[in-house]
Amino acid sequence: MKRTCAALLLLAATCAAATEIPLAERRSSYETLSPETKAMQDDDTANPAMLWVLEGETAWSRKTGEANKSCADCHKGAGETMKGVAARYPAFNEKRNAPVDLEGRINICRTEQQKAPAFPYENRELLALSAFIARQSRGLPIESKDPRLKPFIDQGRTLFEARQGQLNLACSQCHDDNFGRKLAGIPMPQAHPTGYPVYRLEWQSLGSLQRRLRNCMIGMRTEFYPYGAPEYVALETYLMWRARGMKVESPAVRP
Amino acid sequence: MARALINVPAKAKRGEVVAIKTLISHIMETGFRHSTTGEAIPRDIITTLVVTYNNAEIFRAELSPAIAANPFLTFHTVATESGTIAFRWTGDNGYDVSEQATITVE
Amino acid sequence: MRHHSNGTTRRDLLIGAGSLAGGIGLAGLVTVQPSQATPATMQEAIRKVVGEAIVNKGKIKLDIPPLTENGNTVACAVSVDSPMSADNYVKAIHVFNEKNPQPNVISVQLGPRAGRAEIATRIRLADTQSVTAIAELSDGTFWSDSVEVIITLGACLEDPV
Repeated sequence: MKRTCAALLLLAATCAAATEIPLAERRSSYETLSPETKAMQDDDTANPAMLWVLEGETAWSRKTGEANKSCADCHKGAGETMKGVAARYPAFNEKRNAPVDLEGRINICRTEQQKAPAFPYENRELLALSAFIARQSRGLPIESKDPRLKPFIDQGRTLFEARQGQLNLACSQCHDDNFGRKLAGIPMPQAHPTGYPVYRLEWQSLGSLQRRLRNCMIGMRTEFYPYGAPEYVALETYLMWRARGMKVESPAVRP
Repeated sequence: MARALINVPAKAKRGEVVAIKTLISHIMETGFRHSTTGEAIPRDIITTLVVTYNNAEIFRAELSPAIAANPFLTFHTVATESGTIAFRWTGDNGYDVSEQATITVE
Repeated sequence: MRHHSNGTTRRDLLIGAGSLAGGIGLAGLVTVQPSQATPATMQEAIRKVVGEAIVNKGKIKLDIPPLTENGNTVACAVSVDSPMSADNYVKAIHVFNEKNPQPNVISVQLGPRAGRAEIATRIRLADTQSVTAIAELSDGTFWSDSVEVIITLGACLEDPV
């Protein structure tokens, strides 16, 4: 009886997550990079993303806003206090009753604590701080344990699996069903956000996960959400849950 | 603002050949791109990197728009004496950035 | 072959490959201009540096991955077999390309103080093409090496500006 129950449960579970990649088969797209690009990511003295990390380190200690406070004033040394933070973002924010991503959280601190205007998305200083903070989580496993995130993970999954746009294409069709196969000569990744913010060779600059998602949507020929939209945060929340346990590589280099 | 990342070994033996790595933040706008309304985006690149070792020139590079953004350049030099290795990047629109590193040679 | 900026030949590549892009509205987004570099322009640029001297094969090695994920940032290393002594050293290394809008990539001045004639950088290549590196030695001789590089590109691109 017990065995039948277990088998049925397993069947139900696998049916519910029919297209999801089995946990043990998840791979970071780092593995499909050319040796030169891997070398660019692995060497902190050669990784262009480090330029932003260093700027973020400086910004961390810079007093700003009407409150004339720096991040360091509250958070002291990022090496200790920010360790593990990026690995568990987006995180649930009680006041907003919704998850907030890392850039969103930096802006909350900036407006509420430093009393300075929020950074627009993809602003250089925002990315620098995000890169600096994310760097402190490098090597740590991605964590998605907060039960309050469940409805947002579900919303993100729905968005990920929904067909949309001129091509009637869903994210999952490439990234769950066809990863590893080539699209215009490049292997399709499973699309795990292990290395954000990322130095994308295509942008020749560092960018956030939102920028990358926006990029995907443009490529899919669908109407993309504006920066800061809750749909992006839901997608990010789902993608981080989907990548739970995988190691943070931030800041990574991608083609 | 940290615009450049230089990697010079802090210590070296006299006569040792050391590798020096440089990485600097710069868009390297080629001058060949156009905006969506058809206007040419003007060129804005770093054109030259000059490196001196206790004021003697040890390396000079002339860059073109074909160098990728955030130019990365590595080269070698013989560790002759302790002192300062100075880097100067110059380019379009009066771009002029200098950085220094010290090396101790035993 | 139409070229534009740091590689919208990929636009042509995508449309031509009949990929997902489906050729919708891409032409309206950017203007294109004809490439100005050709194998002939590259030869001319090399002549400017080399003059009438013969360019020999050997001594210099150009290291570029034959297949690269993105033409915006291609690893490029050059090394020259030379003692780099006071009377026998590499004076300069020059790198040229044949299909970017202009033929020069980088020119580097070295000397005996370099210890080793080895440089590395990251370059832009607008299309699949040949890249040539030339070493100028202290004895006035020139040596060259060439590599054929294939450029691929990611499928999901952003708006140009």
